[in-house]
Amino acid sequence: MTVSEKVALTQAETEIINNFIALKGKLPQRGLLLETARKAAMDAFYKHGLPSRRMENWHYTDMRTQLICIAPYSSKSGGALAAPLLSRSIVLGLINGQAVIPSHKAGKKMPATPFGALLANGEAELPQDFANDNVIAQLNTALVSDGWKLDFPENTSSDKIIELQNVQNGAQSHVRFPVIIGSNANVMIIERQIGNDEESFISSVSNLDISEGAQVSWIIIRTRGMTSTELNQFNARLGKNVALKLYIINAGSRFLRQEINVNLDGMGADFQLRGINLLSGKTHTDTTMVVRHLAKDTTSTEIIRNVAIDEARGVFQGMIRVAKEAQKTDASMICNSLILSDSAEFDTKPELEIFADDVACGHGATVAEIDRDQLFYLMARGIPEAQARAMLVKAFVGELIEGFDRKEMGEVLHILLDQWLQVHI
Amino acid sequence: MLEIKNLYARIGETEIIRGLDLKIEDGEVAAVMGPNGSGKSTLSYILAGSKNYKITKGDILYNGQSILGINAAERAVLGIFLAFQYPMEIPGVAMMEFLKVGMNAQRKARKEPALNVSEFLKHVKAMAARLEMDMSMLKRPLNVGFSGGEKKRAEILQMVLLNPKFCVLDETDSGLDVDALKTVAEGVNALRASDRSFLVITHYQRLLDYIVPDTVHVLYKGRIIKSGDKSLASYLEQNGYTDIIGEPI
Repeated sequence: MTVSEKVALTQAETEIINNFIALKGKLPQRGLLLETARKAAMDAFYKHGLPSRRMENWHYTDMRTQLICIAPYSSKSGGALAAPLLSRSIVLGLINGQAVIPSHKAGKKMPATPFGALLANGEAELPQDFANDNVIAQLNTALVSDGWKLDFPENTSSDKIIELQNVQNGAQSHVRFPVIIGSNANVMIIERQIGNDEESFISSVSNLDISEGAQVSWIIIRTRGMTSTELNQFNARLGKNVALKLYIINAGSRFLRQEINVNLDGMGADFQLRGINLLSGKTHTDTTMVVRHLAKDTTSTEIIRNVAIDEARGVFQGMIRVAKEAQKTDASMICNSLILSDSAEFDTKPELEIFADDVACGHGATVAEIDRDQLFYLMARGIPEAQARAMLVKAFVGELIEGFDRKEMGEVLHILLDQWLQVHI
Repeated sequence: MLEIKNLYARIGETEIIRGLDLKIEDGEVAAVMGPNGSGKSTLSYILAGSKNYKITKGDILYNGQSILGINAAERAVLGIFLAFQYPMEIPGVAMMEFLKVGMNAQRKARKEPALNVSEFLKHVKAMAARLEMDMSMLKRPLNVGFSGGEKKRAEILQMVLLNPKFCVLDETDSGLDVDALKTVAEGVNALRASDRSFLVITHYQRLLDYIVPDTVHVLYKGRIIKSGDKSLASYLEQNGYTDIIGEPI
């Protein structure tokens, strides 16, 4: 495979392929299976390229034109882990794509293994087949160098919170988080995507397999600098009576594609999504979700709230699929956007695909501006305009981060929200 | 305290205030009455600084200074308060938080220290009790699910807590039963002072039985067409507006 064979490649595509060629023999891997997986992934990418608006799934996010060039790999390993958001949590960190082994005792007790080590031992699994529009799986499989594999035994209780910290200060990396959660476990995981203001390019894939009766909260918090590009995929399979709550707070990145694929595989499984997109500057943030109800009595509720200012553009594509077997499914999806400037934009595409006949499914979307009368009411009590606007914006998104079992989590997210509002509103 | 001079104001293309003159002295309670559509609520919004209206002519002087160039929040800091006819419901903002933020914003603007939380709570509780308000209301989102009467009481509570110098009450009596009206009026009367003035906007004399005004003004087609003492309100109650206006309404 050489670059010159295909003239239509964009600069970014060329750089990605050249990266792959340059990394040959340098990425951790052992055994034929991993090698063929990586090669198949890059072949698929070479064949299909970056997705453009001609692909239905990427209609509002034309990566081919959005991604001009790719932040190169860098040998410098600058940066440090941040203090954990919650005091009693265990940080499993990555700095510029390399796992940081925790030195303290608690970390050692964790059923966590650096994914790079598993790749190097040939114990890691990578996908072998790639849909033509699944560019995240293609790039991540071809280039993944590290990550954390987590394995929670049955009945794990939630006394320790795991904070996965992906620190990316400029440059490029591709990380992966395979997570196995045993039956009746109760776990809370924070995924922090952070880094400085240098231009960076990241792919991050989390694969959760959750067994019967487990209760899982996964909180993605993104506050990376405004020149970063991130491709993130969150995949989860939910067994019988599993309850998964996924929170996503986006308050950073120049370009983000956050994909969510959730399969409600077991009877009685429940998925809750609460997404907050705080969009500013000249940025593009895409949340694309597919929830598949595959078993009877499964339920899901997805609530997305977006605030867009400056020239920010946001996209939410949400698809709820209900299989023929998934009778008594109860699913609802709602996307509300608050647009605070003339140049900001939010596109919403909710879809339902229902093959069962006894289900309750609904979706809705709204777009609004700040209510002038509400603003006047607050100001008439002496609250300065900027503060009054911030209060209204916070009122709009704040309720999505209420009701955590751990009160501190809500407090931390409120502080994050306040900081964003202070800077941007 | 307040002087409105030959004021003209419009919303969109519609001129609502047309040459309004009104002077309210320190410590005065002035009532403004008038038939529907005469511009009463517009007057209250303009005084509080709503951006929905455009002032095309005239001036509003507050303690001798024009307030036309300053916004609603700055006017509030100067001591101007509007008790809304229709208080806004704002889900997601807790009533108590709103009270605290409002009071602290004004204190900050006046370079006073922020409130001590426990003192604030004590003060709010005492004032709420005086207005016969249930404390559970204060934990709810701002005005959400409040009855008409509860909203009006909440407005008066805000007025008492913010301690303004010039209070505009926009049809505070509407939606109140007689008992609630008495409670609210007592709250207002307790605030009457030589350095505080009130502009009480109402349709009916009923409110003025409890908040007895020093002056009564009839607003019609955007200007004051008659002024008098409290007997003017009684006269209007008995005879209606027709003979004062000089034309059928």
